[in-house]
Amino acid sequence: MENEPKIRIEKVSYSYGDVQALREITLDIPVEAITVLFGPAGGGKTTLLRLINRLNDLVDATRMEGHILLDGVDVYRPGVDVTDLRRRVGMVFALPLPLPGTVRENVVYGPMLAGIRDPTRLQEMLVRSLTQAALWAEVKDRLDDSASALSGGQQQRLCIARSLALEPEVLLLDEPTSGLDPISTGMVEESLHELKKEYTIVIVPHSVQQASRVADYAAFFLMGELIEQQAGTRVFTQPREQRTEDYVTGRFG
Amino acid sequence: MDRHLVQRLGFALLGVVALIVVIPIVLVIGIILVRGASALSWEFLTAMPREGMTAGGIWPAIVGTLLLTLGTAVVAIPVGVGGAVYLSEYARDTWLTRVVRLAIINLAGVPSVVYGLFGLGLFVLFLQFGTSILAGSLTLAIMTLPIVISAAEEALRAVPTEFRTVSASLGGTRWQGIRHVVLPQAFPGIITGVLLGLLRAAGETAPILFTVAAFYLPYLPRSPFDQTMALPYHLYVISTQVPGMPPEIQYGTALVLLALVLSMNVVATLIRSYYRRKREW
Repeated sequence: MENEPKIRIEKVSYSYGDVQALREITLDIPVEAITVLFGPAGGGKTTLLRLINRLNDLVDATRMEGHILLDGVDVYRPGVDVTDLRRRVGMVFALPLPLPGTVRENVVYGPMLAGIRDPTRLQEMLVRSLTQAALWAEVKDRLDDSASALSGGQQQRLCIARSLALEPEVLLLDEPTSGLDPISTGMVEESLHELKKEYTIVIVPHSVQQASRVADYAAFFLMGELIEQQAGTRVFTQPREQRTEDYVTGRFG
Repeated sequence: MDRHLVQRLGFALLGVVALIVVIPIVLVIGIILVRGASALSWEFLTAMPREGMTAGGIWPAIVGTLLLTLGTAVVAIPVGVGGAVYLSEYARDTWLTRVVRLAIINLAGVPSVVYGLFGLGLFVLFLQFGTSILAGSLTLAIMTLPIVISAAEEALRAVPTEFRTVSASLGGTRWQGIRHVVLPQAFPGIITGVLLGLLRAAGETAPILFTVAAFYLPYLPRSPFDQTMALPYHLYVISTQVPGMPPEIQYGTALVLLALVLSMNVVATLIRSYYRRKREW
């Protein structure tokens, strides 16, 4: 990683009440690439994602130490506009959750909240983000149908489009294909390959197989600790740590 | 004894018990309908009372009850829903919010005649609104608040947290999420609670007794500072205070009041079932 990282995570520790979720995580996330955070459940991957866009601000009784820098600026610095941060750092959740309303309303929800009212511009955003999420062809005649009428796979791509509508710099994906069939999963992964040309992507995959398919960089998390990180898929084929090898070869997890 | 027989006997017994719930409502509606229907006429509904209320209509009492219900709604809906949004969406669990919740629960348990005396002391006398629609509406609104707040808070809490998270993740402020996602979803539950609260207010006698209700006032109120007749109090008056009152007028008045309140109940039920079918989660 020669270039300045898009996101720099410095010695981040985090706890909910008495439960230590993350221990001194230090990790650089490179620009315009897919970084994979993988490992068994309860390892702190989702927590780390939610710390990057400060979604965990909504949770009470937590404690965080360390720093998360986006383009060199600490996102937890006083005076940071959290809503602005979340527009720059989009997020897709494990379960597709369309907002009540139509396909169109879902996609333009973020831009509308940001104060964009111009119909031409909203239409452009709608077409662009649905195209980027590989959904346009399927829904171009159903834009004013209820979003909940779409299939699960379409709903998840709609959720990706909804995040992309804001033209974020970073896209965080938390097991985005965990509820999808293999074909829909393939389509989502396909669109990720296109998206990484313009976006910095951090993904928590739902399996080691998916991790190895999409990773440009991979980091292995175990019980709140970052065990190892490597470029490309070497972490899956030549792990440095015994614990990583045990996990990727299926000995536990 | 054979256990299947025991089961059958048990179910039969429980069925009878459940049926007992139905009997009073059927009797109430039936008797009032039979004895009051003959009083109903266009004149009864739209004319002023005449000859010491023994003839003519109950128009001012109908208008008065509608105005009081409207006044109650104007006060209780914004305050109640606003309070519920605060409690459900913003308030953390502190001693202050616990005190507020305790107050709401206890407010719901205060006898209605006590609200009447409170309204007399605060609105009529201290704030010098006089015996007026304003004082009566405010008194009824305070009585209605706990119902509205509890129902609205419950409806807001029933909206899954994930919707708020999604809205926040798309750059929404907390208020934007409430305004655009949470409130629309909670709307049917809120409206149902509001209507149930209002129909209770519409049928109450004690809170309006000292604050607004007029014994006999054969013209319509012209301002919020006027007194007015109202159906529940009018019913009380013609049933106990006026000798020689034709019974069909008493039952007719009861029928109108019942129809007004039950129709609000039906509207509440319809709204709830309509949105429940439309709901997507």
